[in-house]
Amino acid sequence: MTQPDLTWIDTALTGARPQVVGALLRYFRNLDTAEEAFQEACLRALQKWPVNGPPRDPAAWLIMVGRNFALDEARRKTKQQELPDDEVISNLDDVEAPLAERLDNSQYRDDVLRLLFICCHPELPNTQQIALALRIVSGLTVKEIARAFLVSEAAMEQRITRAKRIVTNADVPFEAPGAPERAQRLATVASMIYLVFNEGYSASGGEVHVRVPLCEEAIRLARLLLQLFPAEGEIMGLLALLLLQHARAPARLDANNNIVLLEEQDRSLWDRKMIAEGLALVDKALRQRRVGPYQVQAAIAALHAQAQRPEDTDWKQIDQLYAVLESLTASPVVTLNRAVAVSKVAGPEAALAMIEPLAGRLDGYFHFFGVRGGLLMQLGRNAEAREAFDRAIALANTAAEAAHIRMHLDRLQEDGATATAAPSSTRLATGSPRRTD
Amino acid sequence: MLYAIICYDSEAVVNSWSKEKDDAVMADHQAVMAKIAARGKLGPVARLMPTTTATTVRPGRQFTVLDGPFAETKEALLGFYLVDCESLEEAVEYAKQLANEGGAMEVRPVMFSNVTLGKTGSDAQ
Repeated sequence: MTQPDLTWIDTALTGARPQVVGALLRYFRNLDTAEEAFQEACLRALQKWPVNGPPRDPAAWLIMVGRNFALDEARRKTKQQELPDDEVISNLDDVEAPLAERLDNSQYRDDVLRLLFICCHPELPNTQQIALALRIVSGLTVKEIARAFLVSEAAMEQRITRAKRIVTNADVPFEAPGAPERAQRLATVASMIYLVFNEGYSASGGEVHVRVPLCEEAIRLARLLLQLFPAEGEIMGLLALLLLQHARAPARLDANNNIVLLEEQDRSLWDRKMIAEGLALVDKALRQRRVGPYQVQAAIAALHAQAQRPEDTDWKQIDQLYAVLESLTASPVVTLNRAVAVSKVAGPEAALAMIEPLAGRLDGYFHFFGVRGGLLMQLGRNAEAREAFDRAIALANTAAEAAHIRMHLDRLQEDGATATAAPSSTRLATGSPRRTD
Repeated sequence: MLYAIICYDSEAVVNSWSKEKDDAVMADHQAVMAKIAARGKLGPVARLMPTTTATTVRPGRQFTVLDGPFAETKEALLGFYLVDCESLEEAVEYAKQLANEGGAMEVRPVMFSNVTLGKTGSDAQ
């Protein structure tokens, strides 16, 4: 007899996880209790669902079962130990409410937001925020997360434990947040999701340049957030941006894992379905006329996605959008990216003049020297270009980045050897985190 | 009689599908579509983008335009088929073949359509 296919249960449990853990956290105000209760509820689902079929609302089912389990546990323990504080088991009346209790969407919404928000603790460095969110919200195993970050399982385990300890002691209010507080949480969480994506889009270390699972997880989290806050233009923009960037993933590396820049990518490999959804979201967001950084970045990505061929790219509009982005979030990295558009519209000299003042602030930034080298090369200033590329290699984050710059250096070498004129068709490396490769 | 077969499922679940899984589900649907089309009974088929892309327009003294789907439900409308069937029985049979991934299919007779099916109708798919 063959085993029946039970992957649907797995998918349902994964899909319900943020809601369920978020709700259990609200009841028990303790992350470990919430996670343990969720685990137990999953085990029971694996026993019951194959026999009874899926419940109509899997999340509500899991919350009830998890809640009852944690309560039983607490009662069992109280027989041996002294009673826990009321703080520890909050809302006892609420917990004992009948199974039919309506869990309305707005409550779910704040539960999930809170769960994401506690991962964004300011004391945690970015990578730990990401790791924690992947563990707690997405439910990836420590092993999976360790693999994504290319560290040992033991090291990741330690990192997550430490991060958990910090957030457990943090004072996150469990009451429903007010509107300004909610907006602030939303912005913090959005930028954390963006970090998850960036970590996957351009890995911060090691041999692997793109980590697709991290990108996909970020997209899933952005979708979740937008479902909870469907009218938020910036969350639409965030999801659109991630979809439009990730759509190019199949074309970004060649068979030998070398970086393929936007202009040289095989555009037939781009994921059209993701692009269509991204474009739809950009359209929808821009209708609101409340512009924000994610929307602008998504609009830029949309212009790239819409160009059938590289030469069809509307660089003029991209330049204008970068100007808007600069006014919203003044950052040398944004200006660096704008310079790439400027080089297309007004030539490499203008672009170079634009980035020279950034040299001080982007002194340790790989892409600054990549772009600078590219511009100098276009201008035939090969010695200076070589110098910039050497700096870039020293600052490269991944093997693929270093290899890519080495390719430019090789071209310069050839040019030097044959004493040809300055190459005018050399491609530019563009800057992260909104790189267009 | 023309029937609509309307597909509902939890978006949280559908959005968690891997690309391979999604492709496999679409391939299953394509196979059933081919079968119905071979009998000349298949009308338009549509899969809708996620509800996060939806905009709802409600009439009133002034039109209200809302970001989001028409109704917030646990299970979202994912897509639909129009199928020309002899009986409800036959429509339910097709719906069963399509509903192999959890979720639910609602079968509802069509009151009006600008599509005519039958001998000449739907060989073009």
